[in-house]
Amino acid sequence: MLAVARRMLRNDEEARDALQEAFLFAFRGLPRFEGQSRLSTWLHRIVVNAALMRLRRRRAHPEESIEPLLPTFLEDGHSTSSYTDWPEGADRLLERAEVRARVRASIDRLPATFRTVLLLRDIEELDTGEVAEALGISANAVKIRLHRARQALRELLDPHLRQGEA
Amino acid sequence: MKSRIGKTVRSRGEELITCEEVITFLLDYLAQELSSDEQRNFERHLAICPSCVAYLATYEVTVRLGREVLRQELEADPPQLGGDLVRAILQART
Repeated sequence: MLAVARRMLRNDEEARDALQEAFLFAFRGLPRFEGQSRLSTWLHRIVVNAALMRLRRRRAHPEESIEPLLPTFLEDGHSTSSYTDWPEGADRLLERAEVRARVRASIDRLPATFRTVLLLRDIEELDTGEVAEALGISANAVKIRLHRARQALRELLDPHLRQGEA
Repeated sequence: MKSRIGKTVRSRGEELITCEEVITFLLDYLAQELSSDEQRNFERHLAICPSCVAYLATYEVTVRLGREVLRQELEADPPQLGGDLVRAILQART
């Protein structure tokens, strides 16, 4: 559970605080737990919500822009970069500890607004509607943020994986 | 031209869509949420643009790497505290 909060907040102290809040909420809310989902799933969702509340509170502070990590285009719509495939596929790459560490570090570098959508959509496997509801944004905004988060992650990994190194 | 996901990819007869349109609408393409005309336009562009083909391939690998790395991490870092809590709650309920 701490890993979930830490992954979303990227800050150990805040993650522990969020976890504590979540567990307090869980104890108070236990009578309302109806047993329709597994208890661990219910707790997991509460931890995600506590971390989301902390992220919302943080929003008063500006975060770094994702724009420098997005593809750019010429006036006529052609890419300004010429992309090349990576020499190794996902299965081979995942076998290498240094690649896994690089991926993890690159996710951490994404601005929180985008990282959160990536985590909820791709990792927690919430659908677009559930993420939109959790974050209080439109489904279209979820799709745009998810696409930008994936593009930015691709861009961060590209110089390393293109060369067959991490 | 600055298209956004959610708008319709322009169909321009024989004229090919651009790299910008392909990359902007990649999410919809992979989710198979484009119309058959739009999908055909995509594939016509991909047939002649190795750069966009490489972008698409590396984008898909990126999605897979992100998912798998975080899942492996979750499995390697079991929710010990959560597990203890689950057990405590279950005991308290009985």
